[in-house]
Amino acid sequence: MTDVLPLAVSFDAFTSLGFWLGVGVIAGSYTIFTLGLQLNVGFTGIYNFGQAGFMAVGAYSMAILVTDTGINFWLALPMSMLITIGFGLIVGLPSLRLRADYFAIATIAASEAIRLIALNWGGLTGGAQGIFGFDDSWDSLADTIEGWLMDLGWSDPDTLAPLFIVVWIVAIGLTFLLSRVQRTPWGRVLRAVREDEDAARALGKNAYSYKLQSLSISAALAAIAGFFLAINLAFVIPDEFGPTFTFVGYSMLVLGGLANYWGVAIGAIIFETLLEGLRFIDLPISEVKIAALRFIILGLILIGLMAFRPQGMLGKREEMVLGD
Amino acid sequence: MEAATVAVEREGPLERLREYARAHPARTAIGVLFLIVVVLVVAKGLHDVAQTALIGLSTGSIYALGAVGLTLVYGILKLTNFAHGDFLAFGAYMAYIVNVSWGIPLVVGVIAAMAMTALLGVILEKGMWAPMRARRAGVLQLILMSIGLALVIRYGIQYFAGTELRTLDVNKTDTIKFLGLTIGRTQAIVILVGFVTLIGTGLMLRYSLLGKRMRALSDNLDLAETAGIDTSRVILWTWVFAGAFAGLAGVLYGATTQLQPEMGFELLLPLFAAVVLGGIGDAFGALAGGILLGIVIEWSTLFLESGLKLAVGFVVLIVVLVIRPQGIFGKARTL
Repeated sequence: MTDVLPLAVSFDAFTSLGFWLGVGVIAGSYTIFTLGLQLNVGFTGIYNFGQAGFMAVGAYSMAILVTDTGINFWLALPMSMLITIGFGLIVGLPSLRLRADYFAIATIAASEAIRLIALNWGGLTGGAQGIFGFDDSWDSLADTIEGWLMDLGWSDPDTLAPLFIVVWIVAIGLTFLLSRVQRTPWGRVLRAVREDEDAARALGKNAYSYKLQSLSISAALAAIAGFFLAINLAFVIPDEFGPTFTFVGYSMLVLGGLANYWGVAIGAIIFETLLEGLRFIDLPISEVKIAALRFIILGLILIGLMAFRPQGMLGKREEMVLGD
Repeated sequence: MEAATVAVEREGPLERLREYARAHPARTAIGVLFLIVVVLVVAKGLHDVAQTALIGLSTGSIYALGAVGLTLVYGILKLTNFAHGDFLAFGAYMAYIVNVSWGIPLVVGVIAAMAMTALLGVILEKGMWAPMRARRAGVLQLILMSIGLALVIRYGIQYFAGTELRTLDVNKTDTIKFLGLTIGRTQAIVILVGFVTLIGTGLMLRYSLLGKRMRALSDNLDLAETAGIDTSRVILWTWVFAGAFAGLAGVLYGATTQLQPEMGFELLLPLFAAVVLGGIGDAFGALAGGILLGIVIEWSTLFLESGLKLAVGFVVLIVVLVIRPQGIFGKARTL
């Protein structure tokens, strides 16, 4: 739990391209993760604090399907998404009837229960050591992409370049898709549910069902983020899926702005750059203190944002569910 | 009486049972608990059940102490304080400074921890929560602020104290034996201190003017204000209590286990579970909920790996939220 941020970047070359590609990969994974939060919190008004748990289900399902049952990696991805959606329904069906703050507590408890089960069910999940050896198919795709990059004239592409490219294609694609979906009648009903559930219900819309759909889609997005996290690390361990991951996602969400899908990517990039940029400052303190400092800054930003600019950078005040 | 409850539950048709359970939540809870005990005793033997219950009593009184502050703050301020667990950690480290760094007896450390954590609560109320209330901040805003605060406290502790495990200067080897049961001396002291404090708190809430005022605010803040209660003063006192009990609970937890910066977060969800069990905002409920949760969690180790016992706590939390969000003792109005 001590270091939840995945830091699978080379530590010896802070100024190298590889370092920034690493930051970009993490920011991209967080963007996909946080798009789900945006859908839930920004557009449906449900405070899902269990996103890291859904991400764990996605990543673990994929890893278990590939390593234990030998299912093809590319087939395991959609299957894991379906499993995660199933978990979203299991968590959402009972708890979405609860009031907002109870729902927040219920989802964070569900996510911690998932993490603890992953930690203790060693036979299935490998316990604290986790699972690795699921990403051969990805590696061959990465080689192909590297080949294309070389054809384009990049003589020695960075090993992270393929992952960086794929993460951001997916992240931008999903952002675009979600923004479009939000303008459909379905998206407008979600916003109606957020604004006034009773009014939406009075118009014959099943608010509960819409909330459930919103949570399921969010869980699927968390699963996709989990795939990228797993590929980036080349293993899955329970420690990666602590609630702090969700809290960081919320920080990116509110920094970018509620009810704006493009704000998510901006929030994620700024946050990751800020947190990783701390490494450039040559502080005469130990690694543990620097790690602590990153989270202290994160906490202060959250407090400051909520106190002075709860709508974030791109959010509109009139779109806000807060402070009314 | 419990036996009678159980008998009615078994005889009646499902509808009548449900009716009865709705009308008498506390009796039903006792009945269900009694059933669980019977099943456990039959399955695992009286000694194991009593032994785990005794250990559960020690964690349970820590949960109860932590939960009572959390639930009072929620009831009065409608603030779901995610930083409350880190209040416990803060208290434990304050006691560590006094007890280990300065080498002063733990009793002084406990008092220092309670005072410092109460002070922290008051400072945060003045500096953060009162201004946010004045701005009419929303639920999400307050939750995220408290998460930010939790991170600042937790990693502030890590910044100054590091991540290594630390131990308070207490006797961890002596045990007390009675009726064939064994318990660590420190754990016995924890139960004793916990229960004395909890009974004191219960009496204070029930009979003292301040306690009555607190409960009045928890029921309806505006109405309490109209009735002439100086609400901002009562709110300050609430923070003093919440902080002091959190500090005490933190030290007791630290004395039975070890100190590390993450301890606050590990305690937070069990505290929420205790609060929900007893009905959010209900101080008496939180006391009972905490003790009950401690025992149930410890019982789960009879069947499951001990690493899963917190997961059991979370499952209890979710189940209670789903079937009885007003808590096992609460009336429907709290929801």
